[in-house]
Amino acid sequence: MDTKEYITSGILELYVAGTLSELENLEVYLNAEKYPEIKKEIEDIEASVLSLTKSVSPGTKGFSDIQNRMAKAGIVKTEPIRNKVSWTAYLGWAASLLFLGGSIWLYQQNDQLKLDLEVVSRENDVMEQQIADSENSLAKTEDLLNTIRDKNITVVALGGQTVSPTSYAKAYWNKEEKKVYIDAQGLPDPPNGFVYQVWSLKLNPLTPTSMGLLEDFVDDDNKVFALANPNESEAFGITLEPAGGSESPNLEQLYTLGVATS
Amino acid sequence: MELEIIVEQFQKKDAGAFQKLYNMYSENICGVINTIVKNNNVAEEICQDVFMKAWNNAESYNASKGRFFTWILNIARNAAIDELRSKAHKNSKKNFSADYFVGILESMTDSEDGKEDIIGLKKLMVNLKDKCIEIIELLYFKGLTQKEVSKELDIPLGTVKTRNRSCISQIRTNMAL
Repeated sequence: MDTKEYITSGILELYVAGTLSELENLEVYLNAEKYPEIKKEIEDIEASVLSLTKSVSPGTKGFSDIQNRMAKAGIVKTEPIRNKVSWTAYLGWAASLLFLGGSIWLYQQNDQLKLDLEVVSRENDVMEQQIADSENSLAKTEDLLNTIRDKNITVVALGGQTVSPTSYAKAYWNKEEKKVYIDAQGLPDPPNGFVYQVWSLKLNPLTPTSMGLLEDFVDDDNKVFALANPNESEAFGITLEPAGGSESPNLEQLYTLGVATS
Repeated sequence: MELEIIVEQFQKKDAGAFQKLYNMYSENICGVINTIVKNNNVAEEICQDVFMKAWNNAESYNASKGRFFTWILNIARNAAIDELRSKAHKNSKKNFSADYFVGILESMTDSEDGKEDIIGLKKLMVNLKDKCIEIIELLYFKGLTQKEVSKELDIPLGTVKTRNRSCISQIRTNMAL
């Protein structure tokens, strides 16, 4: 893209003013991630707005006032101290109660241990079965590993967004084979009646193209999904959509997002 | 830059990061609020409210939706406009004739402590046409959208973008003087 033209269009000044639409904001953000000169320009514009706004400042009350407010907001109601009672009188009772409680606890612990032993031997059987299973799945995992280690793979990290800041995902994009493997381990289970939908994003203008759904998300063990991607993607996004997917992404439910730098 | 890291820590409720961001932006935020409420004391008070609000809603910020400064600027404008609409404000309204933020200049000339800032503002505004002052006021201080500005000033939508760009460029040149 012609970053010079983009910069001189004036869109970045509006971006700093905060008067763009949500979609435009996303577009500028993705472009800034991709092109350092755009990011630099945004920072310079911001610096000029900062010096302008500072010049009309009446001053501030300072951070100590903020600290006072934080302290006030954090105050926990303390109970008023009750009348003093002779505490020694209670000490004997307390000690004997403690002893009684301790004895009961020890007895229960003993019972519990016997029970635990039985459980452990049963668990052993289960584990043997699991080992057999995991040898099976190990073979599958090695297959998967070989796929994503392919030299033609571009890895795109998708970071969590407003609705779910702790979410993350990875896209392993094989441009030769026009395939993308989405590792969605870092996404929460979708609520009933909803499904994750993966989008290939093209910038300038921002154009989302659906790549498909992460179907049967909950039952999928490794949470890796293979999707076809014939697009010249510049970024990938994952949104939560009603079951069956949507025509266009619901940006309010954008879970993760990442720019493909090539 | 390390701004991203500071913001990230701030979102994890790190008071140290909060203080850094406060020091970076509080004067600016107070400045923007002051151009709207036109009262130093009220502006300073709302300014603190705005930072508390930002702290309490830190997790709702997201870099893909805009710059951190822009986010807090938005909170500030809304808070200032709420104040304008409030009854208390209407009662204590002082009659400043400042229509544009440069009008702040006039209201500041009487006070001693503002002198340095006035020089700063004057320097930034060198060679800036009234057209620029208008458009900057509407976009940055009032937070109007491109469409709203186009209507307000009765100029084509595209002109808003290009005019604003050249106005900000002039300020950037002035900054370097």
